[in-house]
Amino acid sequence: MADTPVQKGKGSSIFSLESHGRDDLRYNGKKLTDPINTVEDKWRLVPAFLQTKGLVKQHLDSFNYFIETDIKKIIEANKEVRSDFDPEFKLEVKVPMGEDLRARTSYQLTPHACRLRDMTYAGAIEVDIKYNKGKQGFIKRNIEIGKMPIMLKSSKCVLHEKSPDEIAALGECPLDPGGYFIIRGTEKVILIQEQLSKNRIIVEPDRTGFISANVTSSTHEKKSKTGVVYGKAGKIFLKHNSLNAEIPICIVLKALGVESDREIAELVCGSNMEYLELFSPALEECSSMKIFTQKQALDFIGAKVRVTQRGSRVGIKPNWGDEARALLADTVLAHVPVELDSQGVENFRPKAIYVALMVRRTIQAVRDGGITDDRDFVGNKRLELAGQLLSLLFEDLFKNWTLQIKRAIDQQLKKPNRTSQYDASTAVSATSKFITDGLFRAISSGNWNVKRFKMERAGVTQVLSRLSYVSALGMLTRISSQFEKTRKVSGPRALQTSQWGMLCPSDTPEGEACGLIKNLALMTHITTDSDDKALQRLVYMLGVEDINLISGTDLYSDKETFLVFLNGVILGVHRQAEKFVNDIRRLRRIGKVDPFVSVYRTVSQRTINISSDGGRVCRPLIIVNKGVPLFDENDLKDLVHGIKKFDDFVITGKIEYLDTNEETDSDIAIYEKDVVYHPPNFPGIDFNDVPNTTHLEIAPFTLLGAVAGLIPYPHHNQSPRNTYQCAMGKQAIGAIAYNQLNRIDTLLYLMVYPHHPMVRTRTIELIGYDKLPAGQNATVAVMSYSGYDIEDALVLNKASVDRGFGRCVVMRKFSTMIKSYANQTYDRLADAQKGDDGIPITKHAALEDDGIAGVGIRIASGNVLINKQSPMETSQRPPGSAVGSSDPSAIPFRNTPVTYKYPGEAVVDQVVMTTNEEDQTMIKCLIRQTRRPELGDKFSSRHGQKGVCGIIVNQEDMPFAENGVTPDVIMNPHGFPSRMTVGKMIELLSGKAGVLDGNVQYGTAFGGSKVEDMSKILIENGYSYCGKDVLTSGITGEMLQAYIFFGPIYYQKLKHMVMDKMHARSRGPRATLTRQPTEGRSRDGGLRVGEMERDCLIGHGTSSLLIERLLFSSDAYDVECCSKCGLIGAYHGYCTFCESRESVVSVKMPYACKLLFQELMSMNIVPRVEVATLE
Amino acid sequence: MTDLMKSRVVLGAHNVSHVSSSDFPHNYDGDLAWDIEKFKKNFKVVVGSLNEMDMEFDLIGIDAAIANAFRRILIAEVPTMAIESIFFHDNNSVLFDEVLAHRIGLVPLNADPRLFEFRQWDDTPTDLNTIVFRLEVKCTTNPKALPDEVDPKQKYINSNVYSKDLIWQPKGAQEEVFADKPIKPVHDDILLAKLRPGQSIVMDLHAQKGIGKEHAKWSPVATASYRLLPDIQILKPITGDDAIKFQKCFPKGTIEIEKGQAYVANPRKDTASRECLRHKEFEDKVRLTRVRDHFIFSIESTGALTPDALFESAAQVLIDKCKNMKQALNDMGLPATYDE
Repeated sequence: MADTPVQKGKGSSIFSLESHGRDDLRYNGKKLTDPINTVEDKWRLVPAFLQTKGLVKQHLDSFNYFIETDIKKIIEANKEVRSDFDPEFKLEVKVPMGEDLRARTSYQLTPHACRLRDMTYAGAIEVDIKYNKGKQGFIKRNIEIGKMPIMLKSSKCVLHEKSPDEIAALGECPLDPGGYFIIRGTEKVILIQEQLSKNRIIVEPDRTGFISANVTSSTHEKKSKTGVVYGKAGKIFLKHNSLNAEIPICIVLKALGVESDREIAELVCGSNMEYLELFSPALEECSSMKIFTQKQALDFIGAKVRVTQRGSRVGIKPNWGDEARALLADTVLAHVPVELDSQGVENFRPKAIYVALMVRRTIQAVRDGGITDDRDFVGNKRLELAGQLLSLLFEDLFKNWTLQIKRAIDQQLKKPNRTSQYDASTAVSATSKFITDGLFRAISSGNWNVKRFKMERAGVTQVLSRLSYVSALGMLTRISSQFEKTRKVSGPRALQTSQWGMLCPSDTPEGEACGLIKNLALMTHITTDSDDKALQRLVYMLGVEDINLISGTDLYSDKETFLVFLNGVILGVHRQAEKFVNDIRRLRRIGKVDPFVSVYRTVSQRTINISSDGGRVCRPLIIVNKGVPLFDENDLKDLVHGIKKFDDFVITGKIEYLDTNEETDSDIAIYEKDVVYHPPNFPGIDFNDVPNTTHLEIAPFTLLGAVAGLIPYPHHNQSPRNTYQCAMGKQAIGAIAYNQLNRIDTLLYLMVYPHHPMVRTRTIELIGYDKLPAGQNATVAVMSYSGYDIEDALVLNKASVDRGFGRCVVMRKFSTMIKSYANQTYDRLADAQKGDDGIPITKHAALEDDGIAGVGIRIASGNVLINKQSPMETSQRPPGSAVGSSDPSAIPFRNTPVTYKYPGEAVVDQVVMTTNEEDQTMIKCLIRQTRRPELGDKFSSRHGQKGVCGIIVNQEDMPFAENGVTPDVIMNPHGFPSRMTVGKMIELLSGKAGVLDGNVQYGTAFGGSKVEDMSKILIENGYSYCGKDVLTSGITGEMLQAYIFFGPIYYQKLKHMVMDKMHARSRGPRATLTRQPTEGRSRDGGLRVGEMERDCLIGHGTSSLLIERLLFSSDAYDVECCSKCGLIGAYHGYCTFCESRESVVSVKMPYACKLLFQELMSMNIVPRVEVATLE
Repeated sequence: MTDLMKSRVVLGAHNVSHVSSSDFPHNYDGDLAWDIEKFKKNFKVVVGSLNEMDMEFDLIGIDAAIANAFRRILIAEVPTMAIESIFFHDNNSVLFDEVLAHRIGLVPLNADPRLFEFRQWDDTPTDLNTIVFRLEVKCTTNPKALPDEVDPKQKYINSNVYSKDLIWQPKGAQEEVFADKPIKPVHDDILLAKLRPGQSIVMDLHAQKGIGKEHAKWSPVATASYRLLPDIQILKPITGDDAIKFQKCFPKGTIEIEKGQAYVANPRKDTASRECLRHKEFEDKVRLTRVRDHFIFSIESTGALTPDALFESAAQVLIDKCKNMKQALNDMGLPATYDE
């Protein structure tokens, strides 16, 4: 059984690689034949889940939906192009059947080739075009209308459903999660965008403190925001941005066809007198305004319609009533459909009920003393992914493109006498760059501009960080919030209880974006849009009474009558809410309804919400029926043996996905022991008090994300420490990908000997961190040593460093283009310039005959890597302007070399010469530096405990244990009390036990190896139970008086290294304008004596030092200045103003001061200098 | 001052006490002053085990400073030969030149360092200061391999480069001098690099004499260390079930039980786990101590020299240091107050 290969997964293929060799690790050393314990082993669903979905399933699902379904819908909806001039003309764009976006590339473009050659990984969007030429109809097939960037590992990618071997053969890393794009050679991620959910009523206080119910409506055509405000003295208004005044709510309702006040009251209040009392001022207001009929109301509203809406129809006397009618039908609450009935009259009934409901919700909130909805609740959020964002962009581009084609065709067709029939397909091919450029530009710049929705977002995409494997992974699960960073509100930043299991509680940056940038948890799934037509039919069949048939009294009369919503739209009411909800759930579990449809009741509002829209966060849970989890021992066996996959359990209704909203309507047990069940009519127990368990958590550790999952024993740490580690784990140097040596990145850090951690977590294995690790297991002694370990500094063992501890490789890319210019000139490469002795000059020492540095040659700062020369003249000379020769070969060249300008010796690692899409030659040089740790290099454990190397100590000076072991790292114990990183101590203990035992131990969150067991192993091996050893000083040779906590801890080397930062200068370059020293290390700048340093010098009274620092060592300048007139600018001792040489003196002042005087003079302000002799 | 403190280090439940030696002149009444005759009488070396690579012996009646000096010298100052310069002719393996060079540098060589001289950076290499090796490996596909072979070792020839591939190139008189013990890496099976067809490594390597202080590759020992002889003192008899529990607190063989009473059979086997101090029933019944001047010294050689030869070398280095010191003191015009 063990030999049967597990079937290939869809998104990621890590696990198929796994199934052979790694059963030992995957199943914690258990053989397949070993007994299986459901309670302990149900976590195995997690790898099964990730196997079918991959690590970045959200991105892939979203993009696949876009490329397979949505893009076709968009094209279908906008397929027709007609001409204003020829009514006969019609051009139709059709999606070819079985169309494959990438089928028609002439050769197989691989993602890795795109990276190396700075190309875009994109496929052609091909359509069929049907049009007529005169009376004749034509069809052209497979016309390319643009290129679509392809997400890696999506269904259109060459890597899709490939085995690890095949992926490796394509030059790709099998562990790479995919989910990003390659645009012009750079890897770009479209970050997940967090937004407030659309089409849902949210009740909250507005800016002035009044309670209001707001809805952001969103359809394909329109986006608008509508609000109902419970204002002063109980007056209720409708607010909308296309209305320039607030409209009393009853007028709106009357305009929507509810003319009788009684009916209005019934729709809003039902028979509740309390509500009626709160609502009566609004009713009175309306009647006091003498508006009674629908027509009156419409006219009233029409007069308030914002002028810009009518701008186009200046001069025509507006029919205000029609204006208002159109506005109410299309713009206000745009998502509530207004259908025309058989007579062609709008049916406003659903919208009227919707408005009434909004009013009811505000009144309810007012009655309850201001209890409003929480907009930070995760259920009120929607996550927008690559697919949705691309769909927005593509729709806009496609619409504009058809418009462009229309214009081009119109231009041709309006010509009265054409010699030949116009062929419209030329217009199509002529504009093919439009869509391509639009898409490429948006993804590479991150500026998402959709004019239709007035959407202007910047920073939507980011360059995929390849600092380490986890940093890339962390980026793909990142969620960025639309919320402003500058505003000082804590709500959106705070940890929400509803984030449980959906968003990682630890992984967020510190500082300004704290809490606004979040990360997905391990098992989160984000839904894609799905069709709700079928669902709508089903809902009616299950006994929902159509909203059009319901009167106001029926709506709220009965306690058991619930309003039924589908994606925010009222469908009707149901009189047996619980049964109805259970029916839908049952249908979902047997697979008749999409598994990602959620349904939940809100008892306080008496509503049932059914959602099938995209962007909801959800996660899988085990269903519990009558106190028994449906996923049992046999299922687990089937799973382990590969007979069943994760999706099989979803189909068979043992596991289901719950979104955050449905979670509020469920009772989820964390462990099996927590499952509660009371049979109905159980004596003595009231049902409503003790809810029965409905679901069981799969594994509690999945509530953390991929990055926080690396931390061993995170549940023993102080929480900010885990957050710090999440930030630091991304800076750790390690292995990046299996193809890391074939990559040419601008900056690449690699570790020479990375270890997989002694203390692992399940997450580490699931994400493949054990195969691409970033750190080393260091033997750590927690003790004070030498005084060079204060403030978290670490003491390193020199012998360990000699033997390869913390060794890393830094690779840098230097590249240039060999361009050809309009005047037939082109860049060229020159060989080394030779000195008199025939030996190349030092600068050119690394060059080979082709003018490029040779692979393997050592280079120092200042060496030329690519000896490029460019022509002095590159523009096309106009013919006839015969100054000089027009012969391109006579144009002189100047040197434009690429020079290595970093401190320290390095080696040329690789040279690539290739061409990009535009056929321009490009040369890339990869430079490599191998570094051993030095004083000041930064290290960190996995518990947010960073420190720099304070001293490197000889092995013989290090303390040694009974068996002669010396530590690699000595850490000061002062790091523990205030940080409270107990997890680190347990890691040491488990690591030590693992070393002695010859096993890896587990530090999985809310589980892992127990301290008690670890102590037992230590004792069995002759060590103290507490991990403290007897150490002898290496310096005195005597035993240390304290027992030392001693054992392995996984240490990460962080990218911050002294070599890249150290900087000093005595003299050097100065800025041209001010003549002050330049700023910054890259410009060999000076170190600024700033304001505080200046204050310090003043305080010390060291005025000579002050004047030296600020004047003589900076920009001292001798200014000739006339002591009589006080003007500067005397020339050679002659004051041009006084026309005399008498009183010109030389004054030393900062050049910047002189500059200021001159600039003041240039704007007619006279600065005069009064000169006196120094006493 | 108790007798205990004079000669024993005490391992408490939470700390180690009486760590420092007290045999220093003028600390106590007369009799503890250091005396060469007394030292000669008390000093003992007992070799416990000795083979090519490892040695364990007891140094008895010596100060921690001296024992430590030997340890430190063994780690850092006894010279060995190690590869220092590598001349790459070809390396298209996945390992970078620097990394491969670093790996090869750490390979221990069996050359006797005493037969070589130190080489300064500007010295020309001679047969007295340099050993030359050559590494020339090319990986090819194995024509005899089965078509569905997956094991790289079978599928390819030379897929792994081992230390045995370092071929000694005798220069000058080296061939004669090392006739009976040709120079080669101590271990044949140290993996240096992995190759795939088309990849090859060709290099010349020069080994030089050096000391561990400069780089760990010249350290002649994997580790050299010592521990003090444990002395478990049972203060009150431990009997019955307690005795069995007590026995289990120590590694096997440390404590034996006779007639229901625990006694210390072999204190050497104790590993300072202090497990017995955790249990209430042994409170005041046991005292864990160490004999302060009894060092159980262990040397794990890397294989260039036998451990006993290493210790000799270390002693020689120490003697040379003392001589140096004495000379320096003489040069300062101060009287040297002690003899060698």
